[in-house]
Amino acid sequence: MTSAPAAAGTGALARYEAVIGIEIHCQLKTASKMFCACDTQIEGAEPNSHCCPVCLGLPGTLPTINKSAVEWVIATGFAIDGEVATTTRWDRKNYFYPDIPKGYQISQYQLPLVANGKLTFDTSEGPFTVRVRRAHLEEDTGRLIHEDRDGRRVSLARRSLIDFDRSGMPLMEIVTEPDIRTAEQARRYAEELRLLMRTIGASDAEMENGQMRVEANVSIRPIGREAFGTRVEVKNMNSMRAVERAIAFEIERQAELIDGGGAVHMETRGWDDPSQSTYHMRPKEEENDYRYFPEPDLPPLTTTPEWLAAIKARLPELPAVRRTRYQTEFGLSGYDASVLVNDLASTALFEGALAAGEGVPAKLLANWVTGEYMRLVKGEESGGSADPVQLAALVKLVADGAISGTNAKEVFAEHFATGRVVAAIVEARGFRQISDAGALGTAVDEVLAANPAAVADYRAGKGAAVGFLVGQVMKATRGQANAAMVQTALRERLAKTE
Amino acid sequence: MVRSGIIPGMANLTRADVEHVAFLARLGLTEDELARLEGQLNHILDQYAILATLDTEHIPPTAQTIEVANILREDAVRPSLTVDEALSNAPERSESGHFVVPAILGGEGGA
Repeated sequence: MTSAPAAAGTGALARYEAVIGIEIHCQLKTASKMFCACDTQIEGAEPNSHCCPVCLGLPGTLPTINKSAVEWVIATGFAIDGEVATTTRWDRKNYFYPDIPKGYQISQYQLPLVANGKLTFDTSEGPFTVRVRRAHLEEDTGRLIHEDRDGRRVSLARRSLIDFDRSGMPLMEIVTEPDIRTAEQARRYAEELRLLMRTIGASDAEMENGQMRVEANVSIRPIGREAFGTRVEVKNMNSMRAVERAIAFEIERQAELIDGGGAVHMETRGWDDPSQSTYHMRPKEEENDYRYFPEPDLPPLTTTPEWLAAIKARLPELPAVRRTRYQTEFGLSGYDASVLVNDLASTALFEGALAAGEGVPAKLLANWVTGEYMRLVKGEESGGSADPVQLAALVKLVADGAISGTNAKEVFAEHFATGRVVAAIVEARGFRQISDAGALGTAVDEVLAANPAAVADYRAGKGAAVGFLVGQVMKATRGQANAAMVQTALRERLAKTE
Repeated sequence: MVRSGIIPGMANLTRADVEHVAFLARLGLTEDELARLEGQLNHILDQYAILATLDTEHIPPTAQTIEVANILREDAVRPSLTVDEALSNAPERSESGHFVVPAILGGEGGA
């Protein structure tokens, strides 16, 4: 059996089954921090400019619970079809490290806000459902930077620098049951959860800047065995691709270890993107080492049915529902519906254009969003944007045959790059298609008169001569003629005078 | 080692337990201190053991002594401290405006 890392996943999965649970931390989209009123807009700010006595952990301060943060977790609970607690409580997770100034993190241990949810999503092997064990609230830690003697930021540091701006930012932790079996499922779960967060507005969930942090607990067991193997926690996966690769690597690493007569140790490993491998970070601390106990500074929280109903009523249409609706209501394929729904900007453009223009054919519009729009967004030209009203106008012109498909693409590209309105671009570039039978007839007659040889060819049985004649009409009208109408008009005239 | 609990010897925290707790608290203790704390901690646990004999079946677990619930804060921003104020108690500060502490490696990054 080869053990090249490039073959990760193929060898191990023939003999072992992976058991994977995912923990995701999402920074919630609140204006102020979790337990104090400091501003959460800390990105790019001067270090320690968003701190107060509470989030600095100064003695004598008391936390107060941010209502919005609680509501976002409850909303998430409904969105994953979970049970929202009627009574919830706060606990202290105790550990000593400079990123946590109080010596403990306020979290939820025994009574999380949400329990027993689930999330269903598509994979290459069909739909898959992961059970969500719990979702709870906690506060984020400060940010540590390790410096060496010369002030370089390295892992072997002489001193550590602390920025407490992130301290006290509201975090939601979402923990799955160990239901996941492949790296792809893990990635798809994380992607679907990210989409859900953005759809309901709970979090921007950008992995690159730490608004969403994915950790995986990975173990393997021989196929057919019930008992779990020893699990390893994998961290530092900064993109969805990294999530899939890190887990695939870890499965293969553990299989090789066991095949070689070794044993997997309980540890925390980090994903190193440059080397595409995981490395040992530290032994995993036992849960009871955190000496959890109820937070005496915060009263318990009960959720009234009225409050919960109000939060539930504010939920927008969820991605899974939307995908189904696009198929049944607009006749989109499952694939097209997913492409549209999986990207929030595309969804907004599609919905906005539908709302903007009466009689815009939804399926054609969907093709424009998943085709031209997404191509431009991903391409060199990105940085531009599309206005739903303008896209609706353009798609209507195409549907009415008032502009050719090729010209419409040019118009859209210009609109995307410059923001100019569609009507002005069409006008300025003379793209309005000639669909007037009278005007076309004149052009066709002129071309027939000017090309007797082609006419003779056609009458001699060379049907292909029509293509040449169509081209001549298009040339004469600078591409503005409706090609289908030209074709029909030519054939009619050629048949008549025969 | 002397224990002065009313029911001595009920708790049995070992020396290894004390060392582990000291490690979690990041306390570097001497042999003498470890020995003394082993006695004191067992003594404290003995007191709790006495409390544990009481019948509390009809008393719900209590983490708070004041009867309030559902105290929530509206999500509104108020001004933070200035950077100078925030750093005024720092053991050392860097030019970049960070708190400076001795290098601590490989520990737990909580969240």
